[in-house]
This record gives sequence, structure tokens and C-alpha cells, in this order.
Amino acid sequence: MESTIVKSIDYNAYFGDNHVVKNVNIEIPKNHVIAVMGPSGCGKTTFLRGINRMHELIPNATANGKILLNNEDVMQMHPIFVRLKIGMVFQRPNPFPNLSIYDNVIAGYKLNGIKLKKEERDKIVEESLTKVALWKEVKDSLTKKGSFLSGGQQQRLCIARAVAMQPEVLLFDEPTSALDPISTSTVEELFHELKKNYTLIIVTHNMQQAARVSDRTAFFYVGELVEYDDTKKMFTNPKDIRTQNYITGRFS
Amino acid sequence: MSSPIKYRIGKSKAFQVLTTTLAFACVVPLIYILIYILQAGITKINWHFLMNVPKPVGETGGGIANALLGTLIIILVAAAIAIPIGILCGVYLSENKKSKLAYWSRLCVDILQGVPSIVIGIVAYFWLVKPLGGFSALSGSVALAIMMLPIVIRSTEETLKLLPDTLREAGFALGMPFHRVILKVIIPCGISGILSGVMLSVARVAGETAPLLFTAFGNPYLSANITKPMQSLPLLIFNYATSPYNDWHDLAWGASVILLVFVLVLNIFTKLITRKWKVQL
Amino acid sequence: MNSTSIDKDNLTLSEVSLGVIGSVGKPIKVGQKVKRLYRQIRTENVFKRTLVLMGLLMIVLVVGILLTLVVESMPSMKALGLKYLWGKTWDPVQDIYGAYPFLLGTLLTSFLALIISIPFSIAVAIFLGEYYPKGWLPDLLKNTVELIAAVPSVIYGFWGLAVLVPIVRTFETKIGVEPVGVGIFSSSLILAVMIIPYGASLGRSVIQMVPSNLKEAAYSLGATRWEVIRSVIIPYTKSGLFAGILLSLGRALGETMAVTMVIGNTSIIPKNIFAPGNTMASVIANEFTEADKPVYLSALIELGLVLFLVTVVINMIGKRVISRFTNE
Repeated sequence: MESTIVKSIDYNAYFGDNHVVKNVNIEIPKNHVIAVMGPSGCGKTTFLRGINRMHELIPNATANGKILLNNEDVMQMHPIFVRLKIGMVFQRPNPFPNLSIYDNVIAGYKLNGIKLKKEERDKIVEESLTKVALWKEVKDSLTKKGSFLSGGQQQRLCIARAVAMQPEVLLFDEPTSALDPISTSTVEELFHELKKNYTLIIVTHNMQQAARVSDRTAFFYVGELVEYDDTKKMFTNPKDIRTQNYITGRFS
Repeated sequence: MSSPIKYRIGKSKAFQVLTTTLAFACVVPLIYILIYILQAGITKINWHFLMNVPKPVGETGGGIANALLGTLIIILVAAAIAIPIGILCGVYLSENKKSKLAYWSRLCVDILQGVPSIVIGIVAYFWLVKPLGGFSALSGSVALAIMMLPIVIRSTEETLKLLPDTLREAGFALGMPFHRVILKVIIPCGISGILSGVMLSVARVAGETAPLLFTAFGNPYLSANITKPMQSLPLLIFNYATSPYNDWHDLAWGASVILLVFVLVLNIFTKLITRKWKVQL
Repeated sequence: MNSTSIDKDNLTLSEVSLGVIGSVGKPIKVGQKVKRLYRQIRTENVFKRTLVLMGLLMIVLVVGILLTLVVESMPSMKALGLKYLWGKTWDPVQDIYGAYPFLLGTLLTSFLALIISIPFSIAVAIFLGEYYPKGWLPDLLKNTVELIAAVPSVIYGFWGLAVLVPIVRTFETKIGVEPVGVGIFSSSLILAVMIIPYGASLGRSVIQMVPSNLKEAAYSLGATRWEVIRSVIIPYTKSGLFAGILLSLGRALGETMAVTMVIGNTSIIPKNIFAPGNTMASVIANEFTEADKPVYLSALIELGLVLFLVTVVINMIGKRVISRFTNE
């Protein structure tokens, strides 16, 4: 039985006068992996960043409509609340360079001023790093700064950092486009594990990746949500001609 | 959960207010000084003021003509020395990025920029005043030229470094010798940056007093002889402001207005003009 | 026809290209062409050598300054030795020279000025670098702060003497200190205003360099703007901000005129920060032309040497920190 965890109702986003995301209505079921695809400039990243209220950080960026997280409208809450429940992983790995690996994982708590006892902290760090299959690799270098990690390891560290906050939803903005193929597949394997406890929304440029990891796929084109269906169905039998053209490579 | 978050949001807003307040508070002294000097000195300025030399103590009236002329002459001579040397040195540094000599030269330009102006005055005293047997405008100009050099050199070097190599190659490919490429192609292309450096250096030394204290030394009479002591605006302001005579204070206020307006206008003018002059690459 | 031999192995570009043009174009009188070619090569060499000379000149200048200072300090160094630096009394009339009052005066005014100015410099840097990097009002603020550095120091001194000193005098009567008005405190206040632009402009540049990637990571974890500044921007720009402070310090140490006019020209160790005093720069400015004895003059020059070395070292450290920051 699927229950909806994120639902957008008539969501629009603008950069100044530029209408970038047009009237998006989408329901995302809990513990699923949703891929969001589309050609460059179609608004997929803008929509993703709207979900955790990061869109408005850019000057002149506005949005209207509703985005419900478990029936609470995210647009009416203060962004900090939203971001504690919805975590984000970015395109280029961005661990804090001045913090050790341990401190990076726990950074969300430090930033929010949430004080934890040492045992709690240790537990969160170990659990988060285990969830991203990084614990064994770094457990003896927790106090070192993360600069010696490879790109894929750094990205997993960023996922651990987001996961440590125990969010309900995880947003991924092209998380593997800056990684080499081996790191990419390691991160993709994580998605399968992570969806047991979280709901994942992944913006990706890579159709094969969407086909590999997601349960449902949303196809955006020029700011509109054109098609949204089970991944297998969409890739084998797309309903909209635009989706079909994109999948067959007529445009990217 | 919500009250700690409200507290954090409040702290963030409070910090923004604090930062904004402190930032704008900085300019309050500047504006206060500007207004005060303008109102204290503007009334003293008239034709008589600009055309006459100071009267001896006890007599009212008098003007700052000697300082005006002196400033003009000293700066012109200093610029005549510093501009060619500075531009050529800037060219040298931008054409020789890797040589050892260029490295040390660049280092010395950096050092020169940080030398206190009074030290330069001391050095100019021993190089020019003592050997020539007396204070002179020329020694003052040399001191000011030494202070102008780092600014001219830096801006020339930075401007020319930005020009693409293809520009030089185009010149060479047309058969031009090196000096023509530099003088006819490179320098004209970078003229906006170079000129702004020159103007900034003039604005910088126009207000300098310390290097002139024991070089140009000052002169109560109108003089255009660069081998003799000469008065300049900053020197006059310093000497008359620290004197106990009210007449001389008045002269100092009037001179301050002129100097301040000159320096500020030159700075603002430089900023506005360089934007217009920039050559599109 | 004059045939002068051309060094075939070391042709310059101009020679080659002239040769190409010559062979492809109309028949040109070869003799004239070669003469002009030689003149151009000579000019080119003279020009190149002049450039090198100019570069060399800078090194000569700096070395010359150092040497002059050292040579002219020799009489004092010989007569007074190292004790001069911590000698507590400065009495030229009785031939007693001690630099300690001036070292103290310089350190007090500069560090006090630094402490007063740092909050303002950093506020401007954060305001312009993080909160409002674009817009007409921030641009106006940026340019106005830069104009603070453009005002001649003698004007700051004159204004300080006429306006600030009386205010400080009334303040001193209120707190029960001897109401002189001039002194370390007044000098530090004026100095603080003068050095704000140096830290502010460098601070602004380094703050703008913080990658937005890092800031976004912090925001996505729920940080407020202040928390992003405190935990991402400040740690990232630490060394750049430190360099800005060093540059401000270097400027403060060498400042002469404004301090000279407001510090009270008293060559004794100041009792407290409201007392009059002297800095190395101000005592040189005040007493150089009156130094009638060789040792007197030389003692002043030695102060100049110390000032030179200290400011050079501080500026060099500051520049090195900046270059390491921008290259990382």
C-alpha cells in the first residue's frame, strides 16, 4: 500500500520574470526512488531545489503553490524546519574542508546547535557511515580531514552527512555526474539500500541511471511535468510524444 | 524544537542588523570630516586667497598662491620622473614573468609600496639635500616619485598581463620590432589601466606631507625654482595648522578644502573614467 | 651596393619577416632596407636593455634605501649600542637617547587602532562580500569606504586637532583623567578610521571567493545565514582576513602626519592611553630638522631603520599569506 509522502499542488517557480517551473502536480510515494529527467533547462533542478526551499536563496527567485510533506505545506513553514526533514546531496561533492570526517557527518547537528552526548554522536556517525558503505573504509581515519578521499567517497560522505539528520526525504541533484564510473555504481548501489528508510528524489541527466535505480520517473520539458509513470512502463511505452523523443535521443 | 529555532533565526537577523549598522557607521566620520572642512574653509577661499602668498605673522590676509604653484610644480616634476620609469618597469615585469631578475624586481616593488613615507623622506634627504647643500623642490619631487613608482608599476603590469599573447603575436607577425609592438600595440591597448594607475598615484602623493618635510621643506615666497625650497599644500596645512596663530589656521582651512576636493575629485574621476575607457578584448 | 653581412643563424623575427616581405613584394632597394633593418635591431636592443635597467632600478632603489638607513644609523649604533632600543629616556639636550618611549607609542597606537577598526572592517567585508555583493547602494558604500583611504593624512590630522581633540578633552574631564586632549587615545581613534579600508577591501575579496557549493551544503542542513557565515565563510577565509589585518597594521605603523598632529609630541613613556606621547614616525617628523648633533640625527635615522624593517616584514608576511590563499 503506497502512501504519498511528498505532493506538489500547482507549484510554480520563477527567476525574476522567467517562469521556469510551470504548474507542477506530482505525488511521490513513500520509500520509493523517483527519477526526475529532462533536457537542460527544463526546470528539473529548480523544482528539486524548490522542495527543500533552496530555490529562494538565489536573488530574484520566487515560487508559489503548495508542496505538502505528509500533508504539511512546506511553503508555509520556515525553511530551516523543511531542511531538517528533507536532506540534499549536490552535484559536486562538498564536504566542509576545515572539518574532519567525523565532524562532517555530524555537521548538521553542530550547525543547528543540537547538543548530543558523545555516545549519541558516535552512534550517529557510525550508523550514517555504515548506511553509505563508508564505515569500514574510514573508521580508522575519522579525525582526519576528508581531502584524501576520492570523489566517490566524498560524495558518500555528503550522503552520510545528509542521512545523519534522519530526514524523511533525500533530494539528489545529479549526484554522480561529477564522478567516475566506478564511484557512480557504488553510489547507485546505495540508492537501493537507502530507499528502505527514506524516500529518494533524484534529478539525473543519465537515462540509463534513471532506468537502473528508479521505481518511477518524472519527465520534465520546458518547465512542465510532461509524463510521470512507473519507470519500466515509461521507458518501454511512453505515452507522450515528447517523452518518446527524449528517450530515443531526438534531443537531450 | 521551535523556540531554539526561533532564537537562531533571531540571532541571524540581529547579526545582519549589526553588520549593516557597523558597515554604514564607517562612513560617518568621513562624511563628518568632509562637511566640517568644507564649511570651515570654503568661506576663506576667494581670488585674493588664491593669488597671494601668506603674510607674516600678525598681518591679516594673505593667501596660498605659493603652495598652489609649489604643489603643481613638485607633482609635475615627480610625475615626469615616475611615469616613464614606472611604465617601462611595468612593461618589463609583464613581459618577463619567469626570469629571476623579474622576481626580485617585483619583490622590491612590493617592498617599496609598504615603505613609510617618512622613511622615503629621510632617504631623499641623504641622496639629494645633503649632497646639493640645501632643501629643494627637486628632492621633494624625487621622494614623491619614489612613492608613485609602485602604483604606476603595479597597474601597468596588471593591465598588460591581462592582454592576450595573440596581440603581441599579431604585431610580430606584421614584422614589427619589439619596441614598436610594445609602444604602438600593447601600451595603447592597455592605456586605460595605465592611466588610471597614473592618476591614482598622483592623487596619492598630492596629499603627502612627510616626504616633503626635509626635502622641499616649504617656502613663504612664491617660487618656481626647483633647486630651491618650495611650498606645497600639505606642508602648508601641516605647518600652519599646528601653529598658534588664528590667521594661519584660516589659511590652513582654505588650503584643506582645495587639497581635499582635488584629491577626492581625482579619485572619483579615475573610477568613472576607467570604466569608459576599457578596451574590449 | 653596401653588403653588410647578416648573421644567418640568429635572425630576429623582424629580420625574417622583412626578408619575406622583401622577397614577395616589389623590388625594394636592398641597401636602404638593410640599413633600416639594422637601425631597428639596434633600437630594439637598446629598448630591451632599458627595460631590464628599469627592473634593476627597483632593486637598486630598495637596496639603496636600506643601505642609506644603515650607514646613517652607524654613528648612533656605535655610540649607543643595542641598549638604545630599550633606553627609557629621550633627552637630546643631555645627550641621552632611548628609543623605548617611541617603540611603545608606536605599538600602543597601532594595536589600539587595529582593535578599534577590526569590527568595522569585518562588518564592511561581510556586508559587501556576503549580504549585498551587488546593487547601487553597496557599490556606493564600497566606493565611499575606498575614499576614506584617499583622504590625505594631514587633513585627518588637522580635523583631529580641531574637532576630535576637544571632544576627547571633555571626555577625559568626565572620566577624571588629565584633560590634555592630545595623546595616544586620540591618535588611535584617527588611525582606526584611516586603516578601515585596507582590511575591508581585502576581506571583501576573500569572502566573495567562498564557493557557493559549500554555503549551499550548510543551508541544506538547516543553517541560518549567521550560522553559514560563522561555520563556513569565516573558517574558509581565515587566512585572507588575517592578511587584511596585517596590511592594516603595516599601514598604521608607518602613518606619520595624522598621528604627529594629534599625539602631543611628548618623548616620555605614556602613563596611560590618554597621555600624550610619540611614535617613531612622529618623533622623526618633529625633530629631524632640529637635530643638531650627529648622534642625535643618527639616533632618529635608526628609528627610521627599525620602522622600515618592521613594516617591510609585516607587509611581506601579509602578501605571502594572500598569495597562498588565492593559490590554494
